[in-house]
Amino acid sequence: MHRDLLRLARAERSVRVHLACCLAAAVAAGLLVLVQAELLAGVLSGRFAAAVLLPLALVVACRGLLGWAQGVLAGRAATALKSALRRLLLGRVEGLGPAYRSGELVTLAGRGLDALDPYLTGYLPAVAVAGVVPLAVVVRLFVADLATAVIVVLTLPLIPIFGALVGWTTKTVTERQWRALARLGGHFLDVVRGLPTLRAFGRARYQASVIREVAEAHRAATMRTLRVAFLSSLVLELVASLSLALVAVPVGLRLLSGSLDLRTALLVLLLAPEAYLPLRAMGTRFHAAMEGVAAADEVFAVVNPQQETGPEIGQETGPAAARTGAGRAAPAGGPPEIRLEDVTVRYPGREETALHRVSLVIRPGERVAIVGPSGAGKSTLLHLLLGFVTPSEGRVLADGTDLAGLDLDEWRRRLAFVPQRPHLFATSVADNIALGSADGPLNTDAAVIRAAAEAAQVAEFAGALPQGYDTPLGERGANLSAGQRQRVALARAFCRPAAQVLLLDEPTARLDGRSEAAIVAATRRLAEGRTAIIVAHRPAMIDLADRVVRLDGGALVPQVPAQGGEAR
Amino acid sequence: MSRAQTTTAASPLAVVTGTGMGRRLVLAALAAAAADLAGVALIASAAWLITRAAEQPPLAALSVAIVAVRAFATTRGVFRYGERLAGHDVALRAQAGTRERLYRALIPAGPLPQRGADLLSRMVDDTDAVQDLLVRCLLPAVAALITGVAAVVVAGFLLPAAAFALAAGLLVAGVLLPAGTAAAARRWSARIAPARADLAARVADLVHGAADLAAYGARDRALSAAMDADGRLSRLERGQAWINAAALGVGMLTQGLTVVAVVLTAQAAGLDRVATAVAALTSLVAFEPALPLAAAGERFAGVVAALRRLGETAATPPAVREPADPAPAPEPPLTVEVDDLVVRHGGREPALNGVSLTLTPGRRVAVVGPSGAGKSTLLSALMRTVEIESGAIRLDGVDVRRLSSDDVRALVTGLTQDPYVFQATVGDNLRLAGPQASTEDIEAAVRRARLDAWTERTGWDTVLGEDGRTVSGGQLQRLALARALLYDPPVLLLDEPAEALDEETADLLMADLLDATRGRTMLLVTHRLRGLEQVDEIVVLEGGRVTQRGAHADLVAAPGYYRDLWESEALTRPRG
Repeated sequence: MHRDLLRLARAERSVRVHLACCLAAAVAAGLLVLVQAELLAGVLSGRFAAAVLLPLALVVACRGLLGWAQGVLAGRAATALKSALRRLLLGRVEGLGPAYRSGELVTLAGRGLDALDPYLTGYLPAVAVAGVVPLAVVVRLFVADLATAVIVVLTLPLIPIFGALVGWTTKTVTERQWRALARLGGHFLDVVRGLPTLRAFGRARYQASVIREVAEAHRAATMRTLRVAFLSSLVLELVASLSLALVAVPVGLRLLSGSLDLRTALLVLLLAPEAYLPLRAMGTRFHAAMEGVAAADEVFAVVNPQQETGPEIGQETGPAAARTGAGRAAPAGGPPEIRLEDVTVRYPGREETALHRVSLVIRPGERVAIVGPSGAGKSTLLHLLLGFVTPSEGRVLADGTDLAGLDLDEWRRRLAFVPQRPHLFATSVADNIALGSADGPLNTDAAVIRAAAEAAQVAEFAGALPQGYDTPLGERGANLSAGQRQRVALARAFCRPAAQVLLLDEPTARLDGRSEAAIVAATRRLAEGRTAIIVAHRPAMIDLADRVVRLDGGALVPQVPAQGGEAR
Repeated sequence: MSRAQTTTAASPLAVVTGTGMGRRLVLAALAAAAADLAGVALIASAAWLITRAAEQPPLAALSVAIVAVRAFATTRGVFRYGERLAGHDVALRAQAGTRERLYRALIPAGPLPQRGADLLSRMVDDTDAVQDLLVRCLLPAVAALITGVAAVVVAGFLLPAAAFALAAGLLVAGVLLPAGTAAAARRWSARIAPARADLAARVADLVHGAADLAAYGARDRALSAAMDADGRLSRLERGQAWINAAALGVGMLTQGLTVVAVVLTAQAAGLDRVATAVAALTSLVAFEPALPLAAAGERFAGVVAALRRLGETAATPPAVREPADPAPAPEPPLTVEVDDLVVRHGGREPALNGVSLTLTPGRRVAVVGPSGAGKSTLLSALMRTVEIESGAIRLDGVDVRRLSSDDVRALVTGLTQDPYVFQATVGDNLRLAGPQASTEDIEAAVRRARLDAWTERTGWDTVLGEDGRTVSGGQLQRLALARALLYDPPVLLLDEPAEALDEETADLLMADLLDATRGRTMLLVTHRLRGLEQVDEIVVLEGGRVTQRGAHADLVAAPGYYRDLWESEALTRPRG
């Protein structure tokens, strides 16, 4: 069993108990086959009376019951383990930083974990049965008939040997083919997604023939591989059935000479296939099980990243681990003075620094615009103040206290953040706004939310939504325009009256003129009495600031007074 | 839509049969049946051999049985091998055919409306269902049927009463149980699908909204909401596992009890030992192909649902009506007339409500207006990807409804909304707009789209990532612009070419663009007013109507949307 998975399964009581019972049920059902063969051989040989049919029916009933129990318990173990993995994975999300391959993570935590089902409910029980039942069959055969037992013992190892041999020789080819299959699906999805673009350039019909050709080439290649890959199952099937012939024919001849009784002969005939069956069942479930193992590997690679990324990434330079609930409380009072001292930020796996020896003082209540070309480190600066990233060198001070020593939850309570592309959660408009509230959506007064919505000019469009403030948003919810999304995010900040520092990341990017004007006006009001640090690239936003800080390539460019300030 | 639904639901095989693969399918089914029959025959002949040998007849009496045992033992594996090869070959062909047909059906369907990326990828997954239908449902079912009938016939020769018992048992295991699991799967998936979607949404919130949640200290709340959704899904999955496990258990029970019943009837009828053993063991093994059908029934429900979804997608009505007898496409240079155009999406308010404009050859017109004013709808109507409700669009006097939409797009096209980057090299991504273009043409288009610095850095052969991950928004936009310039249609449409660029680059790009398109017929949708003094006419769209039109100087002089926007832009623009 997968090492990390095993550790987790042991730690989770409901997984441990259910899995153990499930495997026990599978093994017990497998052993009952021996009893069933015993009784059946007795009845058919005429040794036992017809009355034995009753215990036979009972054994059959027990097998059915155990099979049912095995399935139910496996289902329980699988769901419990998936929940545990999901909790582990989702618990790590914050520590991974905002930019971590988010799409893959969502898939992995959702459908990706379902790949574990065949592993837990099919493969593991099959392994348990394969470990016990063939052995029991062989022991029984030794007692019943030495010659048969020897044949089975000699041929039985051929199954794993041939399985491994053929599997080993075709492994790389098969794997390449499965990857090609995935790529083929990817190609088709790609073409379907890009259909509007293809249509615009008159290439849509041409691609249909490309789809056919690619699929045909893929089919031909796959069939070449399968011809070899399926040889493994051919060999296994042949070993199993020829062994049966190898057992049955001599047994028949010995019956003829009278050196064997019929009951033993029938028992041998019934039992011999049962020695091979578990091993073959395990083999057929192997491939699906390996997909589950791959999913588990992915989960643990996310959860224990050091195994994957190696030690060269210093812990202190990586994205901040969840460091909440500890550290000193931030000094309360008015807006803090924020001081960056020679701060350098380096992201793991990147050569260049995201911020390079930046020193900056932001006075309480000051409005600072951060400008610079994309990739200059503007967003990193905000993430630094939010505690999403920590400095590799230098320090960030709030009212003279190093941010590294502060309780992050406490500190963030004094901040209000409007990201460049705010995420709208799959809840109502009102709950999306109430995210900003320190009390949580359930404890926030509807009037407070309305007021924030008014201030951020959400009210303008919220009334027109199908269910007003109760309209669900998110992927399957109402589609808001970029400007409307920004305003919802801004309303979150308005919903946080205690916030002293405003961090805005290009709040007017992708907006048209009128939406921009609305956001600028709302931001101006929100910034009153607060420190505001605004990453901006549109003049209207820059105009709002007392001071413009220019970043280029992660470094500060000598400061210039705000253009807009001059114009005023 | 409902017609397509019923036809697909009634016969999921319609998807497969279209490709003329009946022969291959029959071959695969026969191989599957032969493998299963060989398995039953192996046990039956071995049972006969042993029980008959116990009666100690002359050896010659056993020779046929000995040969049979060896023959069946060998052929079973060979037939199984043939079945697996033939089955996978058919399945791969069927899947390829399904994908191609689905794609062909989507071509005229217009922009797939309100279809998220995950819905599209689900559609692609659905095409895999055809494979499962054949390999996991159809072929095993046919093989089980043939084997079952053969076993019942054999039992019938030995003892009709035993044959009845066997037939009843096989019906339960091979028909009733799969039907039950299929019905249960339908019912459960109706409950599980929303729970799964709910969990996916919460997980997506937690991951994509990680920054928002962390900044507002709301992560724990979101995490517990996600785990609640996980709990609800787990409960449902456990319920489903219960049903499937029960089907498995009942199947095993049926098999065992059938054997008991066969032995009981044989003994009651005073059947001899040889016939009893053969009947009992044949019954036992005849269940082996039938028992997995319960699991196949569960999958079958999913397959049918997937095929129904595909049928619905493929039956999406075409975005525009193609003429039965298309008029020949007019020759450029073209005059485009938009005359009192009304376009409506679904049953909503008209997106365009009486818009008129004229583009004579060499004339450049800009369309400005707030988001949702109908700017992009106007371009879609010109490209014939949305239907015209009333009014007309004419190319050199020919109504576009009399032309094939492909011909229209060969004349009128360009940079559309949401351009797409394919998983292909930079060169191939560009060349799709000009397969015959020379290297010089491509380089010129790249230069004019201000993409040259980027292509120099990445090279022409870099494969652009899934979802264009390696391409920033600005680069994507410029790549799309380069495509439009390379395609060089007689009437060039540009939808927000400077979108997602930073201020400086956007200004440079617009200046270049206006410079490079001088003397060309062009319709430009934009929300940046800078440089628009160079175009011949500006049309202001608001709420689907033209509210203002004229040259830049006229519009700036008159009160309205344009002047407001210009003033706010000019005010905030550093000395320019």
